[in-house]
Amino acid sequence: MRSVATGNKAVAEAVRQANPAVIAAYPITPQTEIVESIAGFVADGTLASQYIPVESEHSAMAACIGASATGVRTFTATSSHGLLYMHEMLFWASGARLPVVMANVNRAVGPGWNVWAEHTDALAQRDTGWLQVFVATVQEAYDTTLMAFRIAEHNDVLLPVMVNLDGFSLSHVMQSLDTVTLGDFIPPMVLPHRIDTANPQGYGPLTGPEEFYKFRWEIERSMRDARSVIAGTEKAFAETFGRKYGMTDEYRCEDADVLVIALGTFGKEAEVAVDILRKEGIKVGSLRPRWFRPFPDLDVKGRDIVVIDRDYSFGFGGVLADSLRARYRVEPSSIIAGLGGQEVTYDDIASFVRTRMPGTETWFGVHDDV
Amino acid sequence: MAGTWGRISTAVSPFPNPHYCVVYMRTGISMAEIPKEEYVLKCTSGCAGCSSTLCLRYILKAAGPETVLVMPACCTSVIQGAYPNTAMNVPVYNIAFASAAACASGISASYRSLGKKTNIIVYAGDGGTVDIGLQALSGAFERGTDFLYICYDNEAYGNTGMQRSGSTPLGALTTTTPAGKIHAKKDIDSIVAAHSPPYMASACSAYPLDLFKKVRKALEVRGPTFIHVLAPCPPGWRFPSDQTIEVGKLAVKTGMWILWEREYGKLKISAPSRAAVKKPEPLATYFSAQGRFKGIDPAVAEQLRNEVRRNIQRFVREEEQSCDQ
Repeated sequence: MRSVATGNKAVAEAVRQANPAVIAAYPITPQTEIVESIAGFVADGTLASQYIPVESEHSAMAACIGASATGVRTFTATSSHGLLYMHEMLFWASGARLPVVMANVNRAVGPGWNVWAEHTDALAQRDTGWLQVFVATVQEAYDTTLMAFRIAEHNDVLLPVMVNLDGFSLSHVMQSLDTVTLGDFIPPMVLPHRIDTANPQGYGPLTGPEEFYKFRWEIERSMRDARSVIAGTEKAFAETFGRKYGMTDEYRCEDADVLVIALGTFGKEAEVAVDILRKEGIKVGSLRPRWFRPFPDLDVKGRDIVVIDRDYSFGFGGVLADSLRARYRVEPSSIIAGLGGQEVTYDDIASFVRTRMPGTETWFGVHDDV
Repeated sequence: MAGTWGRISTAVSPFPNPHYCVVYMRTGISMAEIPKEEYVLKCTSGCAGCSSTLCLRYILKAAGPETVLVMPACCTSVIQGAYPNTAMNVPVYNIAFASAAACASGISASYRSLGKKTNIIVYAGDGGTVDIGLQALSGAFERGTDFLYICYDNEAYGNTGMQRSGSTPLGALTTTTPAGKIHAKKDIDSIVAAHSPPYMASACSAYPLDLFKKVRKALEVRGPTFIHVLAPCPPGWRFPSDQTIEVGKLAVKTGMWILWEREYGKLKISAPSRAAVKKPEPLATYFSAQGRFKGIDPAVAEQLRNEVRRNIQRFVREEEQSCDQ
């Protein structure tokens, strides 16, 4: 069914269709519309979930963990400070191998108070054992949220998934949305290690040095297996509903000498810049990683790379640029832009490409005399 | 099973949340009737004379096998045993320090929506309750979560080696109050009472039958219930491990710890505390039975005596008012 919706509404609608048994939620701008919409679905009876209006994000994740551990589907949504507040529990969810699905509406972290888009909130959770995916359109937010449940709950994965969408520039933007009739696309959740009083076990007890690392390896093994589960799910989605996704979203990359690499809406904005630059004779493409964990295989060999980081790791560099440097031994032109909602247009992205200098880092809008 | 059944009537209850259902409760039970089944198995890693393990033994006997224990970081995190073994014959869900009540909320929401009546019991220490876990506890009680929260109170962070907690009494020596605690014990019961739970009680490891009955009662009530158990700790309170019961009894006999229960807001002082509130034994006997009050400043001791007196008056008065209603 075709309609027009915001990114937040698209996520909420996907959650309604995925029908989690338990949703624990706490409001935070710019995510609030998701949990408000879900509360509305529960109130009007179009969603039969148990809605737990928790008193904090730390408890939101703890409640999802408790519910998920009983073997039922769970969802929560958060943003920025809320995500940081649940940091401890993110490790707990992945460590306990619970397929919680969470939408995170990317927002800067204070101080000063800033509600606008930035990816540092999500990227600071890089090492928590969560699968992380970044979306760029309202349709993609909806489709990816649906797929997230199937991927998380797959027996080869059983890890939580974080669906990231940019605050305001996607969460509050109206775009067309084509909703699907879900059918049995998401199979019923079967958690092999669900709490069972008929088979009493200790969950997460003391685990010594001779055992602990084995559980950590299990997480990594599932992260690796997740690649094929993601591919299989995206393939099934394309076959069932006609929309194709991959680990990355590539635009005019086949013959490109230069690649613009950015997460989220900037990666989509870059496609306009690519068209402008192509007219100028610059053979450029946009390579947008959708998945950040597990990290996709990118074909960057022999090409100039312009990486736009809407995040920063102080004392080191842009997180995406660092990932590319480490993984592919490349020297990208690293652009730090869009922090705290800083305005970045496709013209700006085009100029990043024109003025690219491999091996340098440039903070957009910051000059030496500032 | 023999015994009498009592009924709490919401008709006379001052309790403001009418959605908690009316329950029938068994009020008479003897030690001989306590189930023989053991859910705390032998060879736990509890310290010699550990009272919290003793409490858990009776709590689980009262709850039975259809029970999930939710446990934040606490002494029992260690006592339950290390992977791949468990000393508990019910599922134990370990969860981060601050989040036991919230985790239990999730389990409860899932089970109740599936129509499962499984007992969900948080078993948390005083640090995980009155300090780091307070927010989650408050949230779960405000939301009317159907679960039982048991705080076993050894009045310090026992698992990490006896550092002060909000629940450590005034004057007590801990590893972080080497000169004695200068702040009073946090009154968690009043905080919990402010959430108007349908049932709450205090208990003490020295009175297992009283504890057993209170757990049974709490589990038969729908909604959030709370039991605060005093759990004397031999190494932490610095007394010989064969004195655990004696020290617990002294706490009650001196009025330092009062046993009571509040059903739908109506307070009743429990049998073991009846004599103590009328004529408490001198507090000095409680102090001298443990090393943690050694050399206590007489002025601080006097403050504690006044505190105990006030507390007794407060409970006696509340019970009288409850009777008047």
